[in-house]
Amino acid sequence: MERAEIIETTKRFLSEEFEVDPNEIQAENNLHSTLDLDSLDYVDLVVVIEENLGFKPTGDDFKAIQSFNDFYDLVEQKLTVA
Amino acid sequence: MENRVVITGIGTYSCLGENTDAVLDSLRAGKSGIVFDESRKEFGYRSALTGFVKEPDLKPFLSRRERIGMHEPAMFAYMSTREALIQSNLDVDFLEKTETGIIFGNDSTAGAVIQTIDKVRERKDTTLIGSGDIFQNMNCTVNMNLSTIFKLKGINISMSAACASGSHAIGMGYLLIKQGLQDRVICGGAQEINVYAMASFDGLGAFSLNESDPTKASRPFDRDRDGLVPSGGSATVIVESLESALKRNAPILGEIIGYGFSSNGDHISNPNFDGQFRSLNMALKQANIDPKVVDYVNAHATSTPVGDTTEAQAIHSVFGSKVPVSSTKSMTGHECWMAGASEIAYSLMMMNNDFIAPNINFENPDEDSAKINIVPEYKEHKIDCFLSNSFGFGGTNSSLIIKKFIK
Repeated sequence: MERAEIIETTKRFLSEEFEVDPNEIQAENNLHSTLDLDSLDYVDLVVVIEENLGFKPTGDDFKAIQSFNDFYDLVEQKLTVA
Repeated sequence: MENRVVITGIGTYSCLGENTDAVLDSLRAGKSGIVFDESRKEFGYRSALTGFVKEPDLKPFLSRRERIGMHEPAMFAYMSTREALIQSNLDVDFLEKTETGIIFGNDSTAGAVIQTIDKVRERKDTTLIGSGDIFQNMNCTVNMNLSTIFKLKGINISMSAACASGSHAIGMGYLLIKQGLQDRVICGGAQEINVYAMASFDGLGAFSLNESDPTKASRPFDRDRDGLVPSGGSATVIVESLESALKRNAPILGEIIGYGFSSNGDHISNPNFDGQFRSLNMALKQANIDPKVVDYVNAHATSTPVGDTTEAQAIHSVFGSKVPVSSTKSMTGHECWMAGASEIAYSLMMMNNDFIAPNINFENPDEDSAKINIVPEYKEHKIDCFLSNSFGFGGTNSSLIIKKFIK
């Protein structure tokens, strides 16, 4: 999956799941605050990533993520490994 | 000193209407909320009859996080509670700063549990269930969700007592306030309505098979009744100390003066005259009134052959043959865990609008129902004091007495 497609796909399912304006999902924005994630929401984040991209991120993966750019990097890396 | 206990708000989300105005119209009109649900037949039900309540759209009212732990009981309960709080002039800012409790009747979450387990069966991975299911699955789902949404700081427990759950919830709220332990308790009952909820009950052969004429199927006390019709939704009753209600200048819809309860200690599903008789008399004793003071009895009667007979005998023994009696289940079907609360709301509507809702489909009495005064059609009638019965599987009985508030 190309990066542009990753951005498009993740923007769609993240905005739908967490009910945020897709325009708020910008590469440099903070993923956690933009999606307004509390401790329970990470469970749902894992579910939607698995459903849409086919892999399950770990708790350590999330610790390393700050911006959506970091998230796109993670997705790229996981899909490449797969 | 004991507190006087009043009701300052009601909300209903039922097959008779999605708010109290709509329900009031249906009660006056004797309108049935029963439908034939084809999906039940396909699923394997013996009877496809049910009261119909649509799933509410909560997106305009609640955030994703607030909605994600809700399945039918909590969704329905949110709707009825929202309405009751508005009527009672209560908002979240006030609730957050004061001590308000919640005791809600609920006795199943079958739809939510099966949905969750199906996910695990398919994916073989519990981490893919999602974060909301646990809060949908637990029997205290209504309490968990509503106490969080409305920022409640008082007692927070669920009442699980079969088809008397909603009635006991109000009774327990009443006792806590009477004793001065709470100023205000949100009480109620919720009942899921999905195809999974009532399958095992249907399997007992207790449901009406009058599928060709759904609105005629629920016929409490009628000679030709052939079983109950399941139903659902939610009803909320705001129970409050008189002192608190007056201080807030809240509307006062009625005063609770008696709560009787008993356990049959007998058969797990069969009704029992002695248990009902004791519950009725305990309520009257606690209210310290003569049975003649009661102007109306809202019967539990569900349209089962044995249940209605037993209740007719108990009512006759305690009240004689004059007091007007109707079962609103003739219109709603059996709202089960919700029924004890909804029937208080329905009866309050009658008391405050001077009428008795009809026991529709009562065409011919049987030997026992002929001995009591069943009201088959809408009747203008001044009610100053009513009693509402609720009886459940396992032999749990509850009777509440409510009168018009007089300062």
